[in-house]
Amino acid sequence: MSLALFIEQLLNGVQFGLMLFLMAAGLTLVFGVMGLINLAHGSLYMIGAFICAGVAAATGNFWIGLAAGVAAAAAAGAIIEMTVIRRLYDRDHLDQVLATFALILILSEGTSMLFGPFPLYLSRPDSLAGTVHLGFGFNYSLYRLALIGFGIAVAVGMWLLITRTQLGVRIRAGESDREMIAALGVNIKALYTVVFALGAALAGLAGALVGSIQSVQVGMGEPVLILAFVVIVIGGIGSIKGALVGALLVGVIDTMGRFLLPRLFDLLFDAGRATDIGAAIASMLIYMLMALVLILRPKGLFPAHG
Amino acid sequence: MDESRKEFWLNAVLLVGLFATPVIAMMIDEPFYVTLATRVAIFALAAVGLNLALGLGGMVSFGHALYFGLGGYVAGIMAHHAFSGMPMVFGLSGSDQMLAIWPVAMLLSGLVALVVGVLSLRTSGIFFIMITLAFAQMAYYFAIGWPTYGGEDGLPILVRNQFPGLNTLQTWHMFLLAYGALVIALAVFAMLRNARFGAALMAIRQNPERVAAVGISPFGIKLAAFVISGMITGLAGAMMADLNRFVSPSMLSWHVSGELIVICILGGVGRLFGPLAGAAIFVGFEVIFGGLTQHWQFWLGLVLLAVVLFARGGVIGIIAGRERHG
Amino acid sequence: MAEPVLELAGVSKSFGALKATDDVSLTLVPGEIHALIGPNGAGKSTLMALVSGRHAPDSGHIAFRGRDVSGLSVAQRARLGLGRSFQVSSLIPEYSARRNVMLALQARQGHSYRMVWPVGRDRSLTEPAQAILARVGLEGRASVPSETLSHGERRLLEIAVALALEPAAFLLDEPMAGMGAEGGRRLTAFLDTLRAEAPILLVEHDMDAVFALADRISVLANGRVIATGSVAEIRADPAVREAYLGEEEGA
Repeated sequence: MSLALFIEQLLNGVQFGLMLFLMAAGLTLVFGVMGLINLAHGSLYMIGAFICAGVAAATGNFWIGLAAGVAAAAAAGAIIEMTVIRRLYDRDHLDQVLATFALILILSEGTSMLFGPFPLYLSRPDSLAGTVHLGFGFNYSLYRLALIGFGIAVAVGMWLLITRTQLGVRIRAGESDREMIAALGVNIKALYTVVFALGAALAGLAGALVGSIQSVQVGMGEPVLILAFVVIVIGGIGSIKGALVGALLVGVIDTMGRFLLPRLFDLLFDAGRATDIGAAIASMLIYMLMALVLILRPKGLFPAHG
Repeated sequence: MDESRKEFWLNAVLLVGLFATPVIAMMIDEPFYVTLATRVAIFALAAVGLNLALGLGGMVSFGHALYFGLGGYVAGIMAHHAFSGMPMVFGLSGSDQMLAIWPVAMLLSGLVALVVGVLSLRTSGIFFIMITLAFAQMAYYFAIGWPTYGGEDGLPILVRNQFPGLNTLQTWHMFLLAYGALVIALAVFAMLRNARFGAALMAIRQNPERVAAVGISPFGIKLAAFVISGMITGLAGAMMADLNRFVSPSMLSWHVSGELIVICILGGVGRLFGPLAGAAIFVGFEVIFGGLTQHWQFWLGLVLLAVVLFARGGVIGIIAGRERHG
Repeated sequence: MAEPVLELAGVSKSFGALKATDDVSLTLVPGEIHALIGPNGAGKSTLMALVSGRHAPDSGHIAFRGRDVSGLSVAQRARLGLGRSFQVSSLIPEYSARRNVMLALQARQGHSYRMVWPVGRDRSLTEPAQAILARVGLEGRASVPSETLSHGERRLLEIAVALALEPAAFLLDEPMAGMGAEGGRRLTAFLDTLRAEAPILLVEHDMDAVFALADRISVLANGRVIATGSVAEIRADPAVREAYLGEEEGA
């Protein structure tokens, strides 16, 4: 194993973690402000990827596709919030889980009706093709590097939004005290729709960006959704900072576990299946991490309130 | 008609209807419907297990696929070793006898539920939902990554396991087994619900603080219910693997966990026959709409959404009104 | 003085910078009603939570029936004989009045893991439940779900549930709240007889009831006990008048 390979895997882990952060940020905002568990968040990711792939294929321009994907996810989020989600804020978690599970079925099958059963292909933009030299004879995919940049930019943007803008003030107020923002005369309905659409746009952005390194297909949002939940549970539900830390932890531990554990098991044990066992355990690592965090800190690493 | 009488008759119709379906199907020589009724019975059995935790105890487990899949793998792995003649762990030999497989499936499911319960019941709300999901996902990815028993491809049960006095290869006999297990599970559920245990469990769902204040620790009661719940769902998994003569990681997937919740809710959460009504609707929906369109889940989603938003008592709740605890 | 049933020694509890309970010592002796009064925010609720076991004290000890219970859970303290009623009615909403009392009886008898016999036909539960409901005057409402009982009836059912526990001490958190004049008088008369069964630690805002019932009164202000004594002593205490009664009389 070379150092270059190790660094490449580490960067892949960071890139994966930052994409998870895009998903987790929306999920954790929606839970923090509205108290809603949204299983359909992965469907918004899927919508972002599909619209991006469709528009990019039609126009021949990835960036137009990306903008369209984000806009479509945001619009879909706003529509879903106004028609369905809004009725769920006062319900218990069971109803929220079920209703948003139903939304997954509807959105997944709906997408498959519109786009057909086959995966779409989304090629990365020409300007980000190829690799970039990072010194010591080590090359890294330019596109993945750009994803890292995107992720950092969004994280900074979210921080500025929450701490420096009027919307951020309202979001923070909403997290700590719903009645207070009503008393301040903020239009809660509109605020909730905006927050939900914002989360949806981030999910759509992640879907579109990741779509060009994986295939764009129905159901692509579900594994990411579950990972995003793992992230926010580890980080502390409702906390953006927790989402960022949790996402990086999950991204790096998952990627490095899959990379290192099979090799480690191969070294430690002689049996022919050692590599397979290592791989099987590596795929469970983040769930073990989550269980461990919840056992030691039942409210996550950065509990949002109290 | 009095509402509790309505529920009684509705339950009777469900129970008799489930039995009549394969009888009529055999008379008109449509064996497909016998298998279908068996599927309904097994899904209902799995959901009876979940209903104990979810309906009576208010524990929203989003990971009951863990027990369903575990039961399935017990059946598959024991049959696999019986067929190959190779011993399993600790030199134990496999078995193709359902009467040996089922206790193992239930025992293992119960043990796993005990561990998961001890670790999860300290949390509540969304954290409980997510930690139960996490444990099921662990098993799912382990099953995919573990190559000995087929990994991602799953494990076939080459010859269906045996039950003394019955020919399990006959669909009708398989149905009888599933139906019998379901009836017993329903009886157990009713017994638990009406006993002191059920009184405490249902009270904890509504107001755990009050229950603690009269001197009953909620944790132990919930844990016991969670373990029994996992055992019943584990048994259903073992039967489903035998029915399909196949077990794969998909039995452990979070979709199964979601579907079991859906079955409970469609039928009426916490109601004795809710799981049977829900399973009948679920499988019926799949057959009827699945024959018309490959996108039947789209319509299932719409119906489910409508039930959650507008008809919270499920089918039994719509017909028989709210449940009363006189 | 008789051996106290309940004894708090130097109990303190802080939430962040707020000292909700500050070095509180008090006793509850057999046969008495000991009332806790004080303005809103004086720390009465926190003190009740410490006694019942919902919160653990930061320092100090709570002894119940001669045993240090500081580390025990709510359920463990209840099993030792601490019967509490809640300030805001906290019943099992879907259960009938009878079922609520039966749950308390079941808890007292043990056997909550009994999975076989139906409670509805268990005469060791149904008959005493009916008798206890009759004692508080709810026998006619036994089959009504507690969520549809009136406010006053729910307060009475709270008392019935505490009675079913046959506790060694009652912990009653504002039992008179929202009872109305007539209901309040009946409940006052009832509590007057109850002290013979077990002593009562009573948190109450209704001063008429407190002065009519209490053998001793402790006054809380800012988390501290500023005075303890008989009704007459408390009425005469200048510190109490200043901290509390003065504003009451002026209002």
